[in-house]
Amino acid sequence: MRLAILDHGHGLRAKAIFVLIRVFSGHPVVDAVKLALYRPDFYRAGGLTQKAMRGPSEWSVADRELMAAYVSKINETEFCIAAHTATSALAYNDGAKVSATLADLETAPLAEPLRATLRMLGKLTRENKVDADDISKVLAAGGSEQQIKDALAVAFAFNVTDRLADVFDFAVDDLGAINAGAKYLLQRGYR
Amino acid sequence: MRRAAFDNKGAAEPVGTFVDKVARHARTVTDADISTLRKAGLSEDQIYEVVVCAAIGQATRQYRNALAALSAVTGRN
Repeated sequence: MRLAILDHGHGLRAKAIFVLIRVFSGHPVVDAVKLALYRPDFYRAGGLTQKAMRGPSEWSVADRELMAAYVSKINETEFCIAAHTATSALAYNDGAKVSATLADLETAPLAEPLRATLRMLGKLTRENKVDADDISKVLAAGGSEQQIKDALAVAFAFNVTDRLADVFDFAVDDLGAINAGAKYLLQRGYR
Repeated sequence: MRRAAFDNKGAAEPVGTFVDKVARHARTVTDADISTLRKAGLSEDQIYEVVVCAAIGQATRQYRNALAALSAVTGRN
């Protein structure tokens, strides 16, 4: 990471947690966790992200993980693309569906409300704005008002996280650690 | 400085240019950008705070813009 404090500046409690993670997971501590445990009094995104990704929603957990991967793809954030591609694939039990979506949203085997929602999130992420017409297209495709709000919460969380991952230069983990992280995120979430 | 980073407006140079890069082209930030901030006298914790505020600020503007577009369609807040 670009800031040494994010690798080595933690308090004793966080350092103890890192030891436990290394021992019990068998993998190094991923940079996202190091960031999450650095000055949580200043920046603590876990609760908000947990609510967006695991709270009550008409979207499945797999759908929301796919949104996270898709937003990260638009932002070109390698760490988050890898992590949430793996988590979505595991949640759907369908890696091909996730790969197809990231390769070409228009031809991927998705329900139309989800495709239209991802299209809108992609524009928001790329251009920083959408208009009433973009929203109307999601509603016309069968997406509900609440589904749009829930999807925007996912996009918010990952438009923050992607920027932090890129600027702090999170290392992309090996496949074993990525898959272990995906299992953890499905079992335990983001808290 | 935190407020200016969140707003992407009003930060003195070189922080202003850096904040705009975090907000709009985070993928292109390099080691050299961080070095520039260090040379300007920012500590690692100050850089950390600027980055966090800039990221949350930009995502907040996106989110509010989209919610306003949704309200324009539904007529509800």
